[in-house]
Amino acid sequence: MDDFEKDINLSSDRMIDNAEVTDILEESETALEQSKDGVKFALEDADSEAQRAALVEQIKDVSVDKETIATQQLSDAEAQPEESIEEITGRTLSPGRLVLKRFFRSKLSMTGLIILVLLFAFSFLGPLFKNDCDFIYGEQESDRTHAVKEMYTTEYNITSDSSYEIYDSDGNNTVYIVTFSSPTTMLAPSKTHLLGTDDKGYDVFSRLMYGGRISLTIGFVVIILETFLGVLLGGLAGYFGKWVDQVVMRLVDIFSCVPTLPMLMIVGVAMESLNMYGPERLYIMMAFMTLFGWAGTARLVRGQILSLREQDFMLSAEASGLTVRRKIFKHLIPNVIPQLIVSMTLGLGGIILTEATLGYLGIGLPAEYATWGNMINSAANNTILANYPNLWISPGIFIVLAVLGFNFVGDGLRDAFDPKARR
Amino acid sequence: MDNNIENSKLQVAPAAIGGTVYDESEQSGAPDYLLKVVNLKEWFPIKTSINKSNNVYLKAVDGVSFNLKQGKTIGIVGESGCGKTTLGRTILRLYEPTAGEIIFDGTHIEKLKGEALRKLRPNFQMIFQDPYSSLSPRLTVGEIVGEAVRTHGIVPKSEYKDYIVDIMKKCGLQPHYFERYPHEFSGGQRQRICIAKALALKPKLVICDEPVSALDVSIQAQVINLFEDLQASEKLAYIFISHDLSVVEHISDEVGVMYLGNMVEFGSKKALFSNPMHPYTQALFSAVPIPDPDTKIKRIILQGDIPSPAHPPKGCKFHTRCSKCMDICKEVEPKFKDYGDGHCVACHLYPQD
Repeated sequence: MDDFEKDINLSSDRMIDNAEVTDILEESETALEQSKDGVKFALEDADSEAQRAALVEQIKDVSVDKETIATQQLSDAEAQPEESIEEITGRTLSPGRLVLKRFFRSKLSMTGLIILVLLFAFSFLGPLFKNDCDFIYGEQESDRTHAVKEMYTTEYNITSDSSYEIYDSDGNNTVYIVTFSSPTTMLAPSKTHLLGTDDKGYDVFSRLMYGGRISLTIGFVVIILETFLGVLLGGLAGYFGKWVDQVVMRLVDIFSCVPTLPMLMIVGVAMESLNMYGPERLYIMMAFMTLFGWAGTARLVRGQILSLREQDFMLSAEASGLTVRRKIFKHLIPNVIPQLIVSMTLGLGGIILTEATLGYLGIGLPAEYATWGNMINSAANNTILANYPNLWISPGIFIVLAVLGFNFVGDGLRDAFDPKARR
Repeated sequence: MDNNIENSKLQVAPAAIGGTVYDESEQSGAPDYLLKVVNLKEWFPIKTSINKSNNVYLKAVDGVSFNLKQGKTIGIVGESGCGKTTLGRTILRLYEPTAGEIIFDGTHIEKLKGEALRKLRPNFQMIFQDPYSSLSPRLTVGEIVGEAVRTHGIVPKSEYKDYIVDIMKKCGLQPHYFERYPHEFSGGQRQRICIAKALALKPKLVICDEPVSALDVSIQAQVINLFEDLQASEKLAYIFISHDLSVVEHISDEVGVMYLGNMVEFGSKKALFSNPMHPYTQALFSAVPIPDPDTKIKRIILQGDIPSPAHPPKGCKFHTRCSKCMDICKEVEPKFKDYGDGHCVACHLYPQD
């Protein structure tokens, strides 16, 4: 009983300045006193041991009940003043902050964000530990330290009628055939090679990191260039209308007619015939991916700006005599940004997939450069597809994770930007 | 004096085009008028063809003329779709006028373009009907009120913040709203932000496009009192567009009644409300409720809808709904004539010569 009272005292110490809480405590204490008295009275009257024990149990129960009630009321009382304080101070949130709040509340978008953060950390920070961890290797570094000189010995006697005789130091005429094998290719997963090695002896796990660097970078560079081009041209078309709109939208039509993948394949083959095998291939690939991708963004921005331009606040900006630059960058573009962010995040997944497709078809970067697409390319070989899933399943999973992550974040952002969302 | 005679002569002179007063003299922009609108037309093309004569136009404003003195208020009334809002926006050059003249403070603003027009814009401001869509949702209140002040350099940089806070206070907004966003405010507060935004530019003319119709009645009164106080202190001229006749009667010095793109009656508030001459005006005014249960109002109820401004009826545009329609109304467009004290009417019921 004392313990319980102590508990209450402790908790009342905690909330000493809260009048409501102390009231509640007093109430529950008096109630407790009464019930204790009642039970004690019964205890004195009790005859048998069994009855005593039952009553002791009852006392415990009562105290437990009171405790839960008291703590419940405490927590209620604790919660109420906090809310009202928030109301009084009325911290106002800008639309951007509200969006972030809604975004972080959604479990799906948080999952996506965590996936992306992990992937980025893995790809960009992982190779930095190359010297500290013995299972991280360079991008094109085959594991020579474990190269074993294996010796196959075959023994056979050389017949006496041969025209020459060979003797070893012991005087035996035995021939040793020595082969140096390179068993570091196609190794099964082990402690030193977490996902094994590929047909060139490169460590698959390490190449996943380097591949992530290239694949994710391509995604970001291409989407940023695409967005820049799309906002510029779509914004011009939407704002100025008339012949500007006509010209830009016909351009958009032309570029959205061109099938992207066959065009990129032609570009890839053309680069091969020009003997380009270095990283410049990557830059040209990114430029062409941008060229075939900006049309959608331009169309989106144009449509948004067309509808925004007719809103009263744009008329109001016009009536205030604001400069064209200010009207576009302060009034129009900020209102397009929500849609842009969503289309960017959703587009990123698509670009990573395109890169992977090109890699798989063998017309992306040369095979010695690690990209997730190039790594999947190994599955084109039937033996590898059948016998060495460790080479192609892991980059596949990473591509799926990246695309899923970007899509989750994109969906989350779209919901968060939706003003009709419930909260 | 000379100018007054000139102008009264102008109003008497029947117009050759469009049945409205038409300024034939080059002596436009008389100094005692802040704004002079002459035969203004705003036609929106709804069907364009290569041959321009085949174009079909929606004649939203079809020949409107009036004058406005500094510090005075003109009320424009009329039912929905009669071109009130288009008139206001065309005067501010938010739309490109099809024809006519807008002379503001001696400047022909209908001919101005680009930078010259932009530099002049602080002088004439607009308060929009819908306070929900006329505030940029991603700017703070301080930025909304102040951005144009900075663009036009209305006050020196050192006084900028004080000036904005001062304007906000004058319009009944607390200074700590400066950092807030429009979505946090109620309709009445938003309309005050719009008013503050317009007034911060020190305009001479404010066009109020149904500024109170989106507000509830108690706030309407506040906002209208604010308009009146500001007019007294800043010598503002208003064009007050509304379909609420009691509000117009309260605030205006002169009232114009519009029907299907035309001004059908124009005159001083007193003359117009005591003696409405045009049948449309009579019908409109008979709809005003009188807060006395014993008075019997003889309501004139108009039949049918307002005709399409793309295909307006021949002759008097009102003849399809007019209770006093005569044969001549269906054929000849009535002239917009002054019947004494600047009380102008366009109707065949009154002598046309």
